[in-house]
Amino acid sequence: MLLGRKCRDAIYRVSTELPPISHSSMHETDMTKALIITVRDWWENQPEKPKISHVHLTVGQFTCVEPASLQFAFEVQTCNTFLEGAKLVIQETQLIAFCHRCQQEYRPEIGIQYACPDCNSPMEDIRSGRELKIDRLEYETSEERVIGNR
Amino acid sequence: MHQTFDAALGINLLHANQAEADHNRAHFDEWGISCLNVMSSPGAGKTVLLERTLAALSNQLKIAVIEGDMTTDLDAQRLRQYGVPVIAINTGRSCHLDAKMVAGGIHRLEQEYNPADFELVLVENVGNLVCPAEFEVGEHAKVALLSITEGEDKPLKYPVMFQEADCLLVTKMDLAPHLDIDVQRIVANVRQMNPDCTIIPVSAKTGAGLDSWFEWLRSQIHYTQSLQKQL
Repeated sequence: MLLGRKCRDAIYRVSTELPPISHSSMHETDMTKALIITVRDWWENQPEKPKISHVHLTVGQFTCVEPASLQFAFEVQTCNTFLEGAKLVIQETQLIAFCHRCQQEYRPEIGIQYACPDCNSPMEDIRSGRELKIDRLEYETSEERVIGNR
Repeated sequence: MHQTFDAALGINLLHANQAEADHNRAHFDEWGISCLNVMSSPGAGKTVLLERTLAALSNQLKIAVIEGDMTTDLDAQRLRQYGVPVIAINTGRSCHLDAKMVAGGIHRLEQEYNPADFELVLVENVGNLVCPAEFEVGEHAKVALLSITEGEDKPLKYPVMFQEADCLLVTKMDLAPHLDIDVQRIVANVRQMNPDCTIIPVSAKTGAGLDSWFEWLRSQIHYTQSLQKQL
């Protein structure tokens, strides 16, 4: 089977059968696996098996996912699959918490301080930053198919 | 000619794992089993904690262990000496257990034993402070371990794990006199993001604190059983 150069290089660097050597840490590899499985579930339920061009994700800052590693793992792991060539578009969301005592939102400093900077109440109510969400998929289908569908 | 379409999904990236985890939990509930997911960095003392736990409780409670290990069977061998079923799951190069792997373990428990006989399943996750926090396996509660040799700042650096934990065991307390460590600071750092977590300092070596841990464990079993009665 002929592979695109990018894909071939990626396979050369990291085969999904071998431990990741560089760039992509292991948990992003597993996260990507979970992502592909979820998208595949959607895709298999489509009667036309469309060609997916973009996968749009929202990834919160307060998750265990590093977007750059995810991009790399996605490129590698989608080789030779129904997602080959699809672009991963990642929208990051900031960590925002709500302090009930102060009745206001604040931005915890990840790695430094999570409690409310004004009253020191613990971070209990996270309003944003925990997202790990597949927002939407962009896909293409040939015009004939669309007409055929109508 | 091609047309582009959009499909709004709005589903969690870990949707597939979550569904499998819920399925596992439904099995545990049906059998009246409490399941705890035990997590920490490598070397924090998960296996020795389980050894002490099995030694103290395996004649009072019916316990099974699901043991995640990247490549070896060593931890499982250590735990089998206590006469409880230990189902080893080789995660290969995966750095955490996921719900599907644990489902495989549950399946074996079902084949080889009568699962309704058990009250507690302890899942020992792969040593890692990052990913296990995101991959639920079907547990009723999460237990995190942090050894005092790891430093006070770890809860700040790996916040998701410590935010998710229902119980935190601060381990290797017997080493405290030899280290410049402020255990109160560890507690304060965890409290910044998880005010409700039960925090128990323990030493598997001296046995200090283990009674509190066993008490917490029993409270989890009673909690699950009372929930089951409501079903």
